[in-house]
Amino acid sequence: MGESGCGKSTTAYAALRYLPANGRITGGKALIDGTDVTHLKTGELQRLRATRVSMVYQDPGAALNPSIRIGPQVEEAFTVLGHSDARSRALAALDHVRISDPRRVMARYPHQLSGGMQQRVVIAMALACDPQLLVLDEPTTGLDATVEAEVLDLIQALRTEMGAALLLIGHNLGVIRKMCDRVGVMYAGRLVEEGPAEAIFREPRHPYTVGLLRCVPRLGSRKEDHRLETIPGFLPQIGESLPACVFVDRCPIATEVCRTEPPPAVPVGQGRFSLCHHTDRIAAIPAPAAEASAPRAAQAAAPVLSLEGVSKTFKQAGHNVYALAGIDLELRAGETLGLVGESGSGKTTLAKTILGIHAPDEGGVMTLKGERLPGTVAERGREEKRSIQIVFQNPDSALNRSHTVRGILMRSLKKLAGLAGQAAEERLETLGQHVRLSSRHLDMRPRQLSGGLKQRVAIARAFAGSPRIVVCDEPTSALDVSVQAAILNLLADLQRDEGSSYVFISHDLNVVRYLSDRIAVLYLGRLMEVGPAATVFDPPHHPYTEALLSAVPRVDGEPTDRIRLEGEIPSAAAPPAGCVFHTRCPRRIPGLCDVDEPDLKEVEPGHLMRCHISVEELRRVQAKVVEPAEA
Amino acid sequence: MATGPALPTVDVGDPTAAVAPVSARRAARRETVRLLLRRPEFLIGVIVVAFWVVCAIGGDRIAPHSADFRDPFHGHSAPLSNGYVLGTDRLGRDVLSRIIVGSQDVLVIAPIAAAIGVGLGTLLGLLMGYYRGLVDDVLARIVEAFLSLPVTLVGLLTLVVLGSSRTTVIGVVGLLFAPIVARTVRAAVLAERELDYVQAARLRGENGLYIMGREILPNITGPIVVEFTVRIGYAIFTVSTLSFLGVGLQPPSPDWGLQISEEYSMIINGYWWTVLFPSLAIASVVIAANLIADALQSVMQR
Repeated sequence: MGESGCGKSTTAYAALRYLPANGRITGGKALIDGTDVTHLKTGELQRLRATRVSMVYQDPGAALNPSIRIGPQVEEAFTVLGHSDARSRALAALDHVRISDPRRVMARYPHQLSGGMQQRVVIAMALACDPQLLVLDEPTTGLDATVEAEVLDLIQALRTEMGAALLLIGHNLGVIRKMCDRVGVMYAGRLVEEGPAEAIFREPRHPYTVGLLRCVPRLGSRKEDHRLETIPGFLPQIGESLPACVFVDRCPIATEVCRTEPPPAVPVGQGRFSLCHHTDRIAAIPAPAAEASAPRAAQAAAPVLSLEGVSKTFKQAGHNVYALAGIDLELRAGETLGLVGESGSGKTTLAKTILGIHAPDEGGVMTLKGERLPGTVAERGREEKRSIQIVFQNPDSALNRSHTVRGILMRSLKKLAGLAGQAAEERLETLGQHVRLSSRHLDMRPRQLSGGLKQRVAIARAFAGSPRIVVCDEPTSALDVSVQAAILNLLADLQRDEGSSYVFISHDLNVVRYLSDRIAVLYLGRLMEVGPAATVFDPPHHPYTEALLSAVPRVDGEPTDRIRLEGEIPSAAAPPAGCVFHTRCPRRIPGLCDVDEPDLKEVEPGHLMRCHISVEELRRVQAKVVEPAEA
Repeated sequence: MATGPALPTVDVGDPTAAVAPVSARRAARRETVRLLLRRPEFLIGVIVVAFWVVCAIGGDRIAPHSADFRDPFHGHSAPLSNGYVLGTDRLGRDVLSRIIVGSQDVLVIAPIAAAIGVGLGTLLGLLMGYYRGLVDDVLARIVEAFLSLPVTLVGLLTLVVLGSSRTTVIGVVGLLFAPIVARTVRAAVLAERELDYVQAARLRGENGLYIMGREILPNITGPIVVEFTVRIGYAIFTVSTLSFLGVGLQPPSPDWGLQISEEYSMIINGYWWTVLFPSLAIASVVIAANLIADALQSVMQR
């Protein structure tokens, strides 16, 4: 594990001698089952790769050939091994990765399968040769938490069955903790700490590991309680000359010796080492200050935005796709509303409707500060545009690469705040200070900035007109954890200073919980549960929320009892009758849930739920799957 | 699809970040030029074009004879005889001199025609790609209608109707190229308009004109520059073809296409040089323009 650019993938590729054309192995050995791959001839290497190791890549969509049906693709994995009964073996392999109707899946093209199914197919192909080593390069990064949980369960089960060793590359600490026996922490191309996963997560012995573990919001941590820890400074650029200890510039306990002498691999326990001069002083790393980054939002504040009966239907090839169905929602001044749900649940459609990117269907009413809000941006006045802004997921796409940071921000100041000349310059300076951009960054273009800085520019742009509402659409999912922590802190600070409200979309429930005051859970364009963050995240909750929560891999260890969602989110073009969730609900009541759609009812003060099961019953059945004690 | 090379990213606390801001863009441009100079096809293209530019500027001054000079005694003189390196045509005009002077017209007409085509095509492409829907449908049908007609044939008919002059040739060729360019630009705009910065611009209330001109256009200069170079090559070809067909430049212009047209019927009598050398001249410029376009494409559209 480690952040992007620290050499995780390169290590794995080097172990298979599968480096890009400009990379070569300059020394050392890589033994696979006793064979040194660094000196194998091409033919032997190919045979080794074909028969003993397999690889699963991050994007299953790109790993499958889009123009060949699944069947022939999987069969090919067996024919290259010389099996004549490839078809029956392919069937068995798909069955093995728990694909319920392998015959039908084999007749399909990759794009007809969901991401989770595609990854299963890729895994089935990877297992064709019964490998001794399976390299998984971020196998679940693009998947929803619920699907991720399924795929991880599958991988774990297969590992036990097949007895293969797994080399799992990941940046999600929860996934690593759930899956791994041993962990190697990488930084700037070095393995800085290695040891049993349990021990490393419980008691990290390298300052980088300590920092990494502290910057993730734990389930249950809240912005009112403490700021997130960040790792100051930045990963050294590739090609830059490295100091004696690669981490010295960002290390809280570095001393002179760290600059002059490369740190030794200090044994710090059974099968464990840490590349640090000061393993004895790890405990001296100052604990995060218990300073609250944001005051609790006033619960009684007046709503700044309210939606009544907002629906959105898209026409697609003659079908109606019901992306949103009758959303009633309020956003209060200065609060953060977290939107959660799987992909396809309507989170982004809701955000885009609020922003005016597309108008809601006839009949839906949006009100901004007591006044009716026109449906599309084109109909909105400057005041309304200024009031609602967005921070996009991917800062690379969100910033125009041919404009300078100054140009980007000045234009927003002009259009949104109506400022020009000296006044704009002054505001630009304060804006830059607020998001911690220094003046020299202002004259740079986006590609000269790191991901975190780009996202700061995007945030500054959203705040140019002192917005009332900022939609944050997965603002940190493209960033590394230490950068994510800094951006979340920044968002919390800005909210405290500017009093803006956030609509915060994220698939990372820990992040949502950290930042949000209230949570809205969406499924197939319907609100399933709305309420204060603590109430929604603690039982009793809607069965869908329960499933989402139990899919989250925890950095702090596993809850013992979990419920799993079967299958995938149904098509919004043909939502199931009755409760839309009944097809996947582990607690459905036959004869009721599949016939009658429940209403969104207030089950506790401020806590709304759309479920036939009474809140008392939910409280009773969910009490068994209590959260582990929180830090 | 960055139009320049990726620069190392800089960040707070990074000592290398202290780059003077303006130099960053210049450095990017220098890097593009450096990468271009490393490509042999680019160098060859530039050398060939430079050769013809020198010929065009020198014109009568460097040519051994004037373009209209007629040697009454040596009509159809073979190459390397009677002091004519490339021979003379049926009127006793020096082929070498007429090729040198003839480069003037080509090197003026082709770039201007290409510029008109690219300018108009970019405008159309931006409108089609950005607005899509009805605008795209209507314009796209017109563009497709144009594309389905042979360029030469339409050019021929138009020039017959309008009458031939340097201006009409430039105008007609430029107009004929616009639909082709429009299609390329439209594709680039379609990809670009899906990026979030376009959405961000709409959300702060920018109008379509601003978004097309200031937000999208700077990011698609790569394909446009490449398209321009490619079009120059085709323009040379088209202008020469039109001249050959007799509707382009009119005699006694030393235009290459016209030279070929005046002389090709005599090939059968063994007078090959009056046709071969102007043809080679055309080929060399067209190939050079395409070599440059290739190099630009691979460097700018990485």
